[in-house]
Amino acid sequence: MFLIDCPWCGTRPQSEFAAHGEAQVVRPADPAAASDAEWAAYLFLRDNPKGRLLERWVHRHGCRRWFTVARDTATDRIEAVYPPAGGPAGPPSGPAGGDR
Amino acid sequence: MQRYSLVSLARNAFSNHEDWPRAWRAAEPQAAYDIVIVGGGGHGLATAYYLAREFGEKKVAVLEKGWLGGGNTGRNTTIIRSNYLQDESAALYDHAVQLWRGLSRELNYNVMYSPRGLLHLAHDESELREISRRGHANWLNGIDAEFLTPAEVRQWVPAIRLDGRYPILGALLQRRGGTARHDAVAWGYARAADRLGVDIIENCEVTGIEVADGRVRALQTGRGRIAAGKVGLVAAGHSSVLANMAGFRLPLASTPLQALVSEPVKPVLDVVVMSGKVHVYVSQSDKGELVIGAGSDMHNSYSQRGSYDMIEEIMGPLLELFPSFSRLRMLRQWAGIVDVTPDRSPIIGPSPVAGLYLNCGWGTGGFKATPGSGHVFAATIARDAPHPMAAPFGLDRFTSGALVDEAAAAAVAH
Repeated sequence: MFLIDCPWCGTRPQSEFAAHGEAQVVRPADPAAASDAEWAAYLFLRDNPKGRLLERWVHRHGCRRWFTVARDTATDRIEAVYPPAGGPAGPPSGPAGGDR
Repeated sequence: MQRYSLVSLARNAFSNHEDWPRAWRAAEPQAAYDIVIVGGGGHGLATAYYLAREFGEKKVAVLEKGWLGGGNTGRNTTIIRSNYLQDESAALYDHAVQLWRGLSRELNYNVMYSPRGLLHLAHDESELREISRRGHANWLNGIDAEFLTPAEVRQWVPAIRLDGRYPILGALLQRRGGTARHDAVAWGYARAADRLGVDIIENCEVTGIEVADGRVRALQTGRGRIAAGKVGLVAAGHSSVLANMAGFRLPLASTPLQALVSEPVKPVLDVVVMSGKVHVYVSQSDKGELVIGAGSDMHNSYSQRGSYDMIEEIMGPLLELFPSFSRLRMLRQWAGIVDVTPDRSPIIGPSPVAGLYLNCGWGTGGFKATPGSGHVFAATIARDAPHPMAAPFGLDRFTSGALVDEAAAAAVAH
């Protein structure tokens, strides 16, 4: 259990929030043109690093807004919080230079 | 290797039990093996055992980064059952239950398999329909299932409250369901595999996987380079980390799954009780402790920690079902890192790298499958072709779309 800095509500206990997995996963621009492997990767393959992870959270029992958190999954230490459309530059499916 | 028996017990009594030999050798890693299993939990050790016993493999090693059974094997709630909805799952998990039955004798090690019966409670009409559907599916697959009325639930579980906020309307019973001693499973398989020549190497973390021309060649470890003809990754929550070393990703999310045990008390609960609706599962160990679990944490994490909010999440439902437990003190709380797939079914079979095989994705319910998992995975590695029971669980199902979806029916309360 840890504390999360909601961009709108400030620091609140984790139990008010829900995690929804890797952030910045991009849907193929033309799904009909995607191969089965590309579509499977979009649907199912996720970064699951022991280290820095960019992930989506929602303040479920608060303002109910979404945002992005950069967290170290080995320690649960939160490194940064970004608004939903924000985030660090890098490959869209995960953190630049992170443990893929 | 000393065989455990009444005679050996009596003989060692004369020396005050001070001269028992090691259960397995402290093997030094060799430069090369035919097959290396990464992960010294129950599944990995079972795989090595069946490779040696059933498939005649002579040069097999198990690498464990910590100590045997220190991961999820020693962190689960020891529940065994096979009453899964889908045909593929029923076959795989019941294969395991059938192996559990003779396991203590086969390994010459008491794994304390206790088919004490397992109840899935139904608290509303939709849950009654769910257990009815699943019980009938179990019958079609030759798996025992019985439907209990609330009065029969009371007979099986005298301490339970039937008329709480979420009244108990019925239950699905699997008599062959139950528990086993989780540590003993790891130790028993380790000892039996060691006797067949398997090198079990603890404190040996894999730090890199050498791949050349699309084929696995060797492992870099904390105890040097180990060449390997074939490699089986059986690393549960750390499977994604190992896959990344070999250059591919897996459809897994690693999350903590927490559990607690209470102080030991006199016998009060002689079956396993599971409720998906209020969401808790509980049994009583032979030491008298209540072993209690519930849902996994929502977020990815590799921190094997308990948290205060989950204590409330687990205790609330427990007291809903058993108000008389309210004054029990909890002794320990912990977490294991479970690797969860999108369809809540495991991944068993080849990987994108030749010679590298996967056995992962058991998520929140892997302990029960330990013998069956090891057996079908050993066959898959030895023959370079999926065992028929493992074939539906290949990584390719996420591309083909042929998922084995246990998420809807059984993801809760594994």
